[in-house]
Amino acid sequence: MARLTTIRYGRAAVLLIAGAYFLIPLTCAIAFSIGAGVPGQRIGIDAYTGIFSAGGFADSLVLTLKLAAATIALVLGLLVPALVTVRLAAPRLRTLVEIVCLLPLVVPAVALVAGVSAVLRWGSDHFVGTPVFQALVALQNPRFPLVLVLAYTLMALPLAYRTLDTGLAAIDLRLLVEAARACRAPWHRTLFQVVLPNLRGALLNTAFLTLALVLGEYSVAAILGYQPFAVWILAISGSQAQMSVAVSVLGLLVTWVLLLLIAAAGRARHPKETP
Amino acid sequence: MSAVQTAGGDTPARSYGSKARPGAVRWRVRSVAGWLGAAPLLAFAAVVFGLVLGTMVYGALTTPESEPGGARLTGANMSASLHGPYLTSLIGSVKLSAVSALIATVAGLPIAHAVVTSRFRALREAVLAGSGVLANFGGVPLAFAFVATLGNAGVLTSRFHLLGHGWSLYGFWGLTLVYLYFLIPLMVLTLTPALEGLRRQWQEAARNNGANTFRYWTHIALPILMPSLLGGFVLLFGSAFSAYATAAAMVGSSVPLVTMQIADALSGNVLVGQGNVALALGVDMVLVAGLVVAVQVPLQRRSAKWLA
Repeated sequence: MARLTTIRYGRAAVLLIAGAYFLIPLTCAIAFSIGAGVPGQRIGIDAYTGIFSAGGFADSLVLTLKLAAATIALVLGLLVPALVTVRLAAPRLRTLVEIVCLLPLVVPAVALVAGVSAVLRWGSDHFVGTPVFQALVALQNPRFPLVLVLAYTLMALPLAYRTLDTGLAAIDLRLLVEAARACRAPWHRTLFQVVLPNLRGALLNTAFLTLALVLGEYSVAAILGYQPFAVWILAISGSQAQMSVAVSVLGLLVTWVLLLLIAAAGRARHPKETP
Repeated sequence: MSAVQTAGGDTPARSYGSKARPGAVRWRVRSVAGWLGAAPLLAFAAVVFGLVLGTMVYGALTTPESEPGGARLTGANMSASLHGPYLTSLIGSVKLSAVSALIATVAGLPIAHAVVTSRFRALREAVLAGSGVLANFGGVPLAFAFVATLGNAGVLTSRFHLLGHGWSLYGFWGLTLVYLYFLIPLMVLTLTPALEGLRRQWQEAARNNGANTFRYWTHIALPILMPSLLGGFVLLFGSAFSAYATAAAMVGSSVPLVTMQIADALSGNVLVGQGNVALALGVDMVLVAGLVVAVQVPLQRRSAKWLA
């Protein structure tokens, strides 16, 4: 009996210490952002109310959301057809597709951006006055840098592949498609009205994870000289430390709610399926 | 007609999965058309990924084109990336990643164990969901949360006058402390399935044979968990090794890291002409990351086999 209590106390102690380590920085960040605990500051939520009127906030947020939307569209547009055909028609491609999707794991973001900037520099040195040059300029358009969308898509591929593949494994794709085809549904109707609705959960998960990635991404954008959300936060931290922490806390909460929603959705589905 | 061409693809198509029916013959016809669905993804990867990686390797192995004589094959960039300040930064990155991954492994095991053996289902669910969230939490917000807590003007620093005791967040150990914030949850997520695979009967059998808890852990549990622990360590190492944003937002260049060196060289903060050395450093990073994956995948497979 005494042993059991020791184990129980040990477990409680471990969880308490871990809880303290993970909660204290969050609590302190919130305290800091409302001015509590900092000498010479009065407590208030000015840092939060001032966010929306802060210079550059709207621009960087809009840019980030546009980038996120384009990245999600590209990731899904590339992966869904590939994974569906791999499962239905070309199983021999499965290994190749898996390798291609997981390959970005061996290229850290900073190495990726080194390569990207080398391509951009090399291209603009060699193709002056040709359509390639125009295309490279369009890629780097500061209002909507497509080059970031391409880089983010590469970075999102591994996680998106795993999420979608798990989602596809959970449904009997072949049965669904055969049933739809037997009912004389044309291919596009089979895809849009039978396959995709059954994949809703996996598609949402992928979209949310990609959104979280783009919202928090700093390295590629900062090194290439663009200013989406994460870069903007760092840019204002020098002059408005309190507000930068406030924005971090808000951004964090949004990302967490998104990811917790995914987790909750993922768990809620299973009990329903097994009666 | 296309059925003849793709007859060879029939066998794998039919044996794929347990759900294949005799009617699957019809799919033969579609297997050529089926390649088309995967074509955009493969083309995208080949063009974008191939171009980026190819240019990086090419640049790392040649002299800058602005030099007299243009681009020539050279080993100077790679060797420069392994000497002087660049070597210091590589070693700094490896040291930071190894130390923080080791601490996270040692700290993650008891936490994962406490969670797995807990009687409270809600606690388990909460910790696992929280770990999933925290493992994805890095970058600038993480750095700011810690700066607000333990930075020079942080809440805890000013409350407990830590600066007077020689505390500084902006160094090696400060950065380690911050990295642990996303590494420990990653470890908990990696270890939980392995710990769930440990059978209760094994512990009971060991106890019946007279083993105490210590011997059970050293002779049974830890050896079985070893592939998961090592695989997790390597995963954490890779994750810390490629991290940039947190360090950039927090410490600037006071801790030498390879990611910072690359960023500095790319933004022209150093001598002109160092761009190709940055590419060589990028190749170094890819090699390290590739090594990490090459070590981790077999370990993961082994652990899945043992604990199935």
